Amino acid sequence: MYKILRKKELNPTVTQMEILAPMVARKARPGQFIILRVNEEGERIPLTVAGTNAREGSVKIIFQIVGATTQLLNAKQEGEFIQDFVGPLGVATHTEGIRKVCIVGGGVGCAIAMPVAQEFHRLGAEVTSIIGFRSKDLLILEDEFRACSDRLVVMTDDGSYARHGNVTLPLKEMLEAGDRFDMIITIGPLIMMKFVTLTAKPFGVPVTVSMNPIMIDGTGMCGGCRLTLIRDGKRVTKFACVDGPDFNGYEVDFDEAMSRGRMYFDFERRAHEEACNLLKGAK
Amino acid sequence: MALNPKKHEMPSQAPEVRAHNFSEVALGYTAEIAVAEAQRCLNCKNRPCVAGCPVNIAIPDFIGKMKTGDFEGAYQIISQSSALPAVCGRVCPQESQCESKCTLGVKFEPVGIGRLERFAADWHNEHSTEAPRLPEQNGHKVAVVGAGPSGLTCAGDLARKGYKVSIFEALHTAGGVLVYGIPEFRLPKAIVAKEVEGLKALGVDVETNVVIGKTLTIDELFEDGYEAVFVGSGAGLPNFMNIPGESYKGVYSANEFLTRSNLMKAYRDDPVTPIMKGGKVAVVGGGNVAMDAARTALRLGAEHVYIVYRRSMEELPARKEEVEHAIEEGIDFRLLQNPVEVLGYNNPENPRDPKNGFVTGLRCIRMELGEPDAKGRRRPVPIPGSEFVLDVDTVIIAIGTSPNPLIKSTTKGLEVNSHGGIIVNEDGLTSREGVYAGGDAVTGAATVISAMGAGKVAAKGIDEYLMGKQQVNK
Repeated sequence: MYKILRKKELNPTVTQMEILAPMVARKARPGQFIILRVNEEGERIPLTVAGTNAREGSVKIIFQIVGATTQLLNAKQEGEFIQDFVGPLGVATHTEGIRKVCIVGGGVGCAIAMPVAQEFHRLGAEVTSIIGFRSKDLLILEDEFRACSDRLVVMTDDGSYARHGNVTLPLKEMLEAGDRFDMIITIGPLIMMKFVTLTAKPFGVPVTVSMNPIMIDGTGMCGGCRLTLIRDGKRVTKFACVDGPDFNGYEVDFDEAMSRGRMYFDFERRAHEEACNLLKGAK
Repeated sequence: MALNPKKHEMPSQAPEVRAHNFSEVALGYTAEIAVAEAQRCLNCKNRPCVAGCPVNIAIPDFIGKMKTGDFEGAYQIISQSSALPAVCGRVCPQESQCESKCTLGVKFEPVGIGRLERFAADWHNEHSTEAPRLPEQNGHKVAVVGAGPSGLTCAGDLARKGYKVSIFEALHTAGGVLVYGIPEFRLPKAIVAKEVEGLKALGVDVETNVVIGKTLTIDELFEDGYEAVFVGSGAGLPNFMNIPGESYKGVYSANEFLTRSNLMKAYRDDPVTPIMKGGKVAVVGGGNVAMDAARTALRLGAEHVYIVYRRSMEELPARKEEVEHAIEEGIDFRLLQNPVEVLGYNNPENPRDPKNGFVTGLRCIRMELGEPDAKGRRRPVPIPGSEFVLDVDTVIIAIGTSPNPLIKSTTKGLEVNSHGGIIVNEDGLTSREGVYAGGDAVTGAATVISAMGAGKVAAKGIDEYLMGKQQVNK
């Protein structure tokens, strides 16, 4: 059992928790993820590590309340326990040789992008961060990004805060103005990562994307997280849990990944509604 | 009394009933049948059955106890050699092991050794209240990676010799393939849990949620004071066929399909982990895993389930009893057929059509058997122009696995073969001092009992290694 040390609402749909898991805290690097089960009968869900405190032995997770499981997780309070918490899984984000980096985060993906930005900042790289949200009330982690970025651009889709528009807009301007990043790292919705990749392509800047497909074990056993890379014209199957979650954006078959991500759409919507009703009843 | 030429039949649920539930298919002998079956053993002098058992259970001795109704005595003899008797009695391919060597089998059906083993183990689990005698501790610490059949066996053997053993398991439940892979109707999970409890009673620690290679490395285990490590991390990445359409929604690896149903309990009415239920299902492959996936799909409510296998019934590698059960339950065997493409729905008019990307069929080609390959198995050859489409909604691929890369990639000096399997010598020792390995992590996908045999060999190797070191140090 793993204790919830602290819990904080970042916005009405996104929650941050710090979980006591010393073995994971000691090892986790930016870009890696954990898998948790809320209770004995629970489903296993992957969440990317949003930070660690090795001294305290805690791991920070940030999640969006989207389905039944994240709803159950959000119903847990400080001092309570979650059943299982395993990791760190996946390969950490590569930082070697990158002196000038652009981090592009979208929505709750910013929670995963943040520790990556912090790591580059710690390593002395020049960090540009572009973070985008649907609207002002969904904004998270602005102060944290400001603290670790040499340059920060905040975007909202509806213009309710900061600059109006998609994250690709300032990215394109920077690339056109001659900014030469060693790497663009993008984390967020698949459709956003696809368009960040397409935006960068004419400028020949490498793009790393962080994939977050459906997973069960997270250790390379089930194959549910498979995705297709198109490498030299050939289709190659990779597993996000052991080969990723970071991949070369130019190789990922985003359309297939988006389709696979909707496999259990109906099931999840029903489960989400049931969990809503259940939690409403309990209150 | 005249010798009964046939094994006593195993009481089982009727096929038409069991095809719709997840309860165990075979119900087990009664005490009366067990004694009668034991009487068939000739107690012959050269005991060929013992050599046929990968863990060398003293088979005629335990059967001898059963003849007199001393079932606990029989269990005690089995448990000297096997850490998981109730499991082996259910999942071992006895027809190609102990029973294939039975002297009685020359003229008649062999003794039902597996069924007797199962009875003795179940009898013990139901009746014995005796706490196991805790072995005297020898002060040595050993780590076991993976709580599957090889790891549990290795841990059990070492614990009985007085070692302090800790098992590290990546998943949230101990048992490995016994819990995520083999379905409830073939091996009830309560039986696995009971066997794990038995090990804990011997002083074995089981730490779940620890991924060796990630949470901790093998080198860190040595730093933590473990003097030897056994790696039984099992098979890893599922193999796919590399044919077009394998990414359509509704294509599963057997590992994923079975894990969803078994470990995550997706077979229940109110699952929290989803699985595709109903419709028509094609399972590709002919091993035990393929049989398990097909029969699970049927129980989940599939209208029709095919097994698509590229060779003929004769080459089908699954355990004979499982194939018979599958046929009785109505699984449709499509032999000498091989998939060439998974077909999916694509509405060119509407890219947002919710049906887009779901499986609609499996294109296959008919095969014939050609010349024998290096292993002596006749190679299947496609018959040109014989392609056809099976109308299915779900495709489950059960064509084996490749070893998991996590441990190899984080352990310096651990040598692997071209397939990624860890290389070991006849004592189970790897290329690293003090590191032993066995089971699917070494051989690639194989059987529960062969993994147990490897766990046993390694336990002996570890014992000799550490006792030898102790001698030198004295």
